[in-house]
Amino acid sequence: MVSGGLMESEQIEARAWTALRQVPDPELPLLTVVDLGIIRHVRATGTGGVSVGVAPTYLGCPATSVIEQSVGEALRAEGFPEVTVQTVLDPPWTTDFVTEDGRRTLQAMGIVPPDRPASRGLQAVACPQCGSPNTSVVSAFGSTPCKALHRCDSCLEPFERFKCL
Amino acid sequence: MTEASSSAPLNSAGVATDDLCELLLRLGDSSLILAQRLGEWIGHAPAVEEDLALSNTALDLVGQARAFLTYAGELEGRGRDEDALAFLRDTREYRNLLLAEQPNGDFSVTLVRQCLFDLFQRELFAALSQSADQRLAQVARKALTETTYHVQYSSGWVVRLGDGTDESHRRAQQALDDLWRFTGEMFTPDAVDARLTEGGVLPSLPSLRLGWLAALDAVLRDAMLTRPTDGFFHTGGKQGHHGEGLGRLLAEMQFLQRAYPGASW
Repeated sequence: MVSGGLMESEQIEARAWTALRQVPDPELPLLTVVDLGIIRHVRATGTGGVSVGVAPTYLGCPATSVIEQSVGEALRAEGFPEVTVQTVLDPPWTTDFVTEDGRRTLQAMGIVPPDRPASRGLQAVACPQCGSPNTSVVSAFGSTPCKALHRCDSCLEPFERFKCL
Repeated sequence: MTEASSSAPLNSAGVATDDLCELLLRLGDSSLILAQRLGEWIGHAPAVEEDLALSNTALDLVGQARAFLTYAGELEGRGRDEDALAFLRDTREYRNLLLAEQPNGDFSVTLVRQCLFDLFQRELFAALSQSADQRLAQVARKALTETTYHVQYSSGWVVRLGDGTDESHRRAQQALDDLWRFTGEMFTPDAVDARLTEGGVLPSLPSLRLGWLAALDAVLRDAMLTRPTDGFFHTGGKQGHHGEGLGRLLAEMQFLQRAYPGASW
C-alpha cells in the first residue's frame, strides 16, 4: 500500500507539473512559470489535491498575485479538487533558477537571458539581433522589474536584458 | 529580564512579540516612506531611464514594506493588515528612519540619500539573514538580492555626480554634507533594539557601521567626494518623532483611504 500511495502521489505531481507548464508569465507570456523557475515545489496532499510553492521573483513584483491566481486556476481546471498555493521566500529566487528552456525562449524573444551564475553586474552583452559585442547599457532598469534596457551601437536596435539578480 | 519582556508574550525566537512587531514597523516604514519619496520623481526625473530606475527601486521597496508590515500586523493581532498599517496610521505612529523621509531636493540629494540608505540596507539585510526569527531572516535574504542591485545604481550615480562637472560635484558634496546628520540614527540602538540584539533577532546596530563606512568610503573615493566629519546626529524617527515633511508626505499617500474609507478596486 505504501508503494501504491507513493506511485499515486507521483502521478498526481507529474500531472500538476504538466498543467503548470501551460501557465504563462503575465509579463513575459512566451515564458511559463516553470521556465522562470518560480515553482519551487509541487506536493500531493493525500486527498487528491496538490500544494504548490511559488517564489516571487521580486518582493514587489505586481505580477505575483496574478501568477498565484493563474496557478490555482490552471490546477483546478486540470481537475484537482483542492489546490493550495503558498508563497515561498526561502531560498530566495534568483535568475539562476531560470531553466535552459526559459533561456532559449528569452533569446528567441530578443531578450538577453541572465548570466549563469548571476554576475550581479551589468557587463557588456552581445546584441540579440545582430550579434555585435558593441552594445551599451541605457538603463539598469526597464519596463518590468525583471529587465534592464540596452542598445546595440552597431545595428542601433534597443534591446532588453533579463536583470541578473 | 526586564519587566516588559517577562510579562509580554514571547515569539519563537524568545523575544517579546511587541519588540519584534516594533522592529518590523521600523523596517517596513523606512522602506515605504523612501518608496513614496522616490515615487515623487515619476514624471519629473531628468530622463525617462532615470524615471524608470527610481520607480523600479521604489517598487522593490514597497515589496519589502509589504512583507514587513504584513508580518507586523499578524504579530500585533489587532486585525490590521499591510494596507491598514500603511494608510491609516498618523505621523506619530510612523517608525521610519529620518533619512528616509528627507525631501528629494535635486537629483543629487535623491541619489546621495539613496546610496547612504542602500548601503545601510545591504549591511542590515546581510546580518538579518542570520536572524533568530526565521520569517524575518527569509524576507531579509530575499530583499538582499534586490538591495545589492540598488547599490550598483545609486553608488554609480554618486560617482558620476561627484566626479562629473564642477556643478554636479558641488551639489553632490552639498547633499552629502546636508544628509550626514541623519545617518547616525541608523546605527543608534534604543532599548527595543538592544533587547532584540540580545535575543539574536537583530544584529548590533553600532557594529554595522564599520562595514557601511568601508563601502561608503570606497564610493566616495571614486566620486572625489569628502566624507563629512561626524557631529550632531538627529534621532527620533524610530520612536515616531519626525520632521514636518512627513505629514505632507502621508497626506498625499493616504489621501484616498482617508477620503473614501475602505475604497477598493
